[in-house]
Amino acid sequence: MSIRRILIANRGEIAVRIIRTCRALGIETVLAASAADRDSMAARLADRCVCIGPPRPTDSYLKIDTIVQAALGVKADAIHPGYGFLSERAGLARLCEENGVIFIGPTAAQIDAVGDKLRARAEAEAAGVPVVPGGAVSSADEALTLARTIGAPLLVKAVGGGGGRGMKRVDRLEDLADALALASSEAGAAFGDARVYLERFVASGRHIEVQVLGDGAGRVIHLGERDCSVQRRYQKIVEETPAPGISEALRTRLYDAAVRFSERLSYRGAGTVEFLVDTQTEAFYFLEMNARIQVEHPVTEAVTGIDIVAEQIAIAAGDGLRLKQSDIQLRGCAVECRVNAEDPERDFQPSPGLIRELLWPVGTGIRVDTHIEAGSRIPPFYDSLLAKIISWAPDRSAALAQLRQAIDQTRLVGIQTNLGFQAEVLADAEFLVGAVDTGFLSRLLDRRLPITSEDLARG
Amino acid sequence: MTLTAKDVAEITRLLETSSFDELHLEFEGVKLSLRRGVSADGARVAAPLVSVNTPAASQAHQATDRVQPPLKQRAKPAEEGVKAIEAPLLGTFYRAPKPGAPPFVEIGAVVTADTVVGIIEVMKLMNAVRSGVSGTVVEILASDGALVEYGESLVLVSESK
Repeated sequence: MSIRRILIANRGEIAVRIIRTCRALGIETVLAASAADRDSMAARLADRCVCIGPPRPTDSYLKIDTIVQAALGVKADAIHPGYGFLSERAGLARLCEENGVIFIGPTAAQIDAVGDKLRARAEAEAAGVPVVPGGAVSSADEALTLARTIGAPLLVKAVGGGGGRGMKRVDRLEDLADALALASSEAGAAFGDARVYLERFVASGRHIEVQVLGDGAGRVIHLGERDCSVQRRYQKIVEETPAPGISEALRTRLYDAAVRFSERLSYRGAGTVEFLVDTQTEAFYFLEMNARIQVEHPVTEAVTGIDIVAEQIAIAAGDGLRLKQSDIQLRGCAVECRVNAEDPERDFQPSPGLIRELLWPVGTGIRVDTHIEAGSRIPPFYDSLLAKIISWAPDRSAALAQLRQAIDQTRLVGIQTNLGFQAEVLADAEFLVGAVDTGFLSRLLDRRLPITSEDLARG
Repeated sequence: MTLTAKDVAEITRLLETSSFDELHLEFEGVKLSLRRGVSADGARVAAPLVSVNTPAASQAHQATDRVQPPLKQRAKPAEEGVKAIEAPLLGTFYRAPKPGAPPFVEIGAVVTADTVVGIIEVMKLMNAVRSGVSGTVVEILASDGALVEYGESLVLVSESK
């Protein structure tokens, strides 16, 4: 079935990003925007904008019925959910399936399969992909028995969680029962699913993920990996490809594992399989699969030359995979830094407001994905991502130097951002060597900020 | 039957609230062609009594097949004491409880805050739209069966003092 008109059920930079590809493909776009985003860049660039509700996401971007009704009302052939919001909600995919609207993403059943972290673990094991030692627990006694075999420290995780949400770390087994009860009630409130499971806490690990594309009929290819180990409280800050300092053998094993896992699900569309890689032993464990386009997809586009959104649309339209694995060539290095409206000097508090002046960097090898411009008002209702600056060069040190220059060229006046902090990260000696683990950023922050929050409170 | 100035005004208004760009009417020797467009002073341009060449139906079809411009620019009531009843949510607007039934309200109807003026369907779920103000209906902006956005003006009511 051909796709001539797409309803974009998202906002911000990803909405602009999707519109850009649609324009190149000659596909009409209708933006489903909240009242706060009616005058946004995406609203202006789309062929049409429909207002779906008040600013609060629960009243607009998270309303499945309204989104599908909007798609039917504007006669859109398909819905692109972007990332976040409804992108991994099986309910939207299912309602689309029932109403003859193409959902640009996996099937509802596949979203269910990877959204349930226990089920995803089981699928990974069945596909011969290693998982972190652990498992399901239904009672405190059962948990203690399992915890003794895993050993402390360990993590209590929410079955319905993901991306670091709904996790509790347990260092002593006597604290397990309390952590279990707390995690379970929090998970119930946050995800509507109180089930939790245990996993060994891997102290020193790298977050490396593999981008895959599947045709939904069992054929899957990968587009290389991304290293997203620079994280603050499980939020990625800097992403790069290829992952520095890993052996070709490990890289190949990661690719094979991601493809095997996705093949087992007959995965449809673009997805990402995340792994925790033990830096000492080169062992790796399946973390989760993200069944959507990801924020950091441009680094993969930079080294492959592939427009991932265009491939998502082609797969959704039934064209299948237009690329063979042998078509995928990974060239050079790409690094992305996220520009967030947050204040690093105030514990990264969000910093909404009016952008008075704005100048983005330009140059060969630099890409900026954004939805803001001078005069934009950053509403307080949504996440703080303002832009992504992506740098490509033949080698890592050139890509990093170019990205530092790009940050230096950027002029953003009116609100606090993390740009200065990003410049520090990208100039950090440990980061420059490469192959940092997920603990890197908190170590850097400890070095950088000898002031405690108590000092701040005292003024 | 003759076409009065009031009739032309009424038809013009219908065109404005519809999703069509053009309207051609022909009966009893009278030809009326209306086209959407904004003149220098901001008023809608009506070009009556222009002969019709293309069948209206095919033009209408072409018009609906294109992506329509956003509805949000629709003028809010400037007149004093006139309040707009806005869509509380996005969906399909219906003026009557079921097809063929008389509309909830017509122009001239007296409404109170609780009066239902229409329904908005969201995935087969019917949501009553209540007036919210007391007064007299002076204009119905949203057409039956049309997609209305959140916050779109549906009905204008002249508030009673």
